[in-house]
Amino acid sequence: MCLAVPGRVLSLTEGDFMNRKGEVQFGGIVKEVNLAFTPEAKVGDYVMVHVGFAISVLAEKEAKEILETLEEIGALEE
Amino acid sequence: MKYLDEFRDPQKVKSLAASLQAITTRAWTIMEVCGGQTHSILRYGIDHLIPEKITLLHGPGCPVCVTPVEMVDLAVEIAKRPDVLFCSFGDMLRVPGSKEDLLGVKAAGADVRVVYSPLDALRLAEEHIEREVVFFAVGFETTAPANAMAVYQAAQKGITNFSILCSQVLVPPAMEAILSSGLNRVQGFLAAGHVCTVMGYRQYEPLAAKYQVPIVVTGFEPLDLLQGLLMCVRQLEAGRFVVQNQYSRSVRREGNRRAMEIIGEVFEITPRNWRGIGEIPESGLGLKDKYESFDARKKFHVNMPEVSGANSSCISGLVLQGVKKPFQCAAFGKTCTPEKPLGATMVSSEGACAAYYRYRLEK
Repeated sequence: MCLAVPGRVLSLTEGDFMNRKGEVQFGGIVKEVNLAFTPEAKVGDYVMVHVGFAISVLAEKEAKEILETLEEIGALEE
Repeated sequence: MKYLDEFRDPQKVKSLAASLQAITTRAWTIMEVCGGQTHSILRYGIDHLIPEKITLLHGPGCPVCVTPVEMVDLAVEIAKRPDVLFCSFGDMLRVPGSKEDLLGVKAAGADVRVVYSPLDALRLAEEHIEREVVFFAVGFETTAPANAMAVYQAAQKGITNFSILCSQVLVPPAMEAILSSGLNRVQGFLAAGHVCTVMGYRQYEPLAAKYQVPIVVTGFEPLDLLQGLLMCVRQLEAGRFVVQNQYSRSVRREGNRRAMEIIGEVFEITPRNWRGIGEIPESGLGLKDKYESFDARKKFHVNMPEVSGANSSCISGLVLQGVKKPFQCAAFGKTCTPEKPLGATMVSSEGACAAYYRYRLEK
């Protein structure tokens, strides 16, 4: 039930706090998402979306670091 | 898709599993808290990739599973009212109440609708001003800001034909209930990544220290789960017990400030009854007095019904606490199936029994 799906912000509609929205692309699907909880989200960012709300902006740097650590583990194995 | 595919890379999965094998010298019992993690573990066969010495227990992190029978009965009672348009997430429709479920009520003619977001329910209220629209607000911290926002928007817009039946639960008190139980076997936790995306993980730090258990905030993809296990086992092997964050691409220590603010605006902490576990103090959220006109229980003057003993052959309460596995239940796969569930852990796709049925029994 706490399922959240990453999607890319395609466009933003600025509004007051509760009405900040954007179009977010999930693979081939585009949906309107409420961005009230992610005021820092910009076009091109990836957001984690749960029941119609973005709950975080995904940190590219952190994701990269984790994957690089895993590359190193792989290299040690070989 | 970005942020999904790269965390399912089979080569990396293999090397992580080998690292886990290499560092594990003793038997450890680790609980993944969230039902979404349980589902991933069984779907991707993570439980078959890890060392035999590691036992995974599946936690209570399925809001559908822990919603008490009396709350389902209340939902049924409200949904039957002719003036009500009742909205719910799809998972809740087949959860058995003491006599009926919402799907049965819908089949008998009640206006019960499945929505994707609480804002969809609010929209229905705006479109049907002659009806009373009630949203069944179940969920953990992850869903609480969305449910709070629906109520907040209703108040701001002056929408008076909208209310929620609130069954919000909180994760840390349930983790503490497990740790403080005499039956506890959990030595380390994989904490729920999306719950922590909202609430952060500061609240877990005293738990890790008090009960001397490592807690690793973990994501949902195969690489996330294996890396979370690796971090947890590393701590266990070294005798350490701190909170670590594997899911750093989504989770910050302080959580999501805006989301926590709206929760604090609309909700207050209350005791809550958990299906199969019982009452846990300070483990739920209820509407603040300021928003009581949006409380469906007050609006329709309905009280929580008394429910006499749950189905005696169902051990879902013990499964939810990680004391028993689904296979240890006599009813599992026989008199209890996803089509005809006895307990909620078989209903929700994220329930441990349903995940075992789907990925371990059908194959």
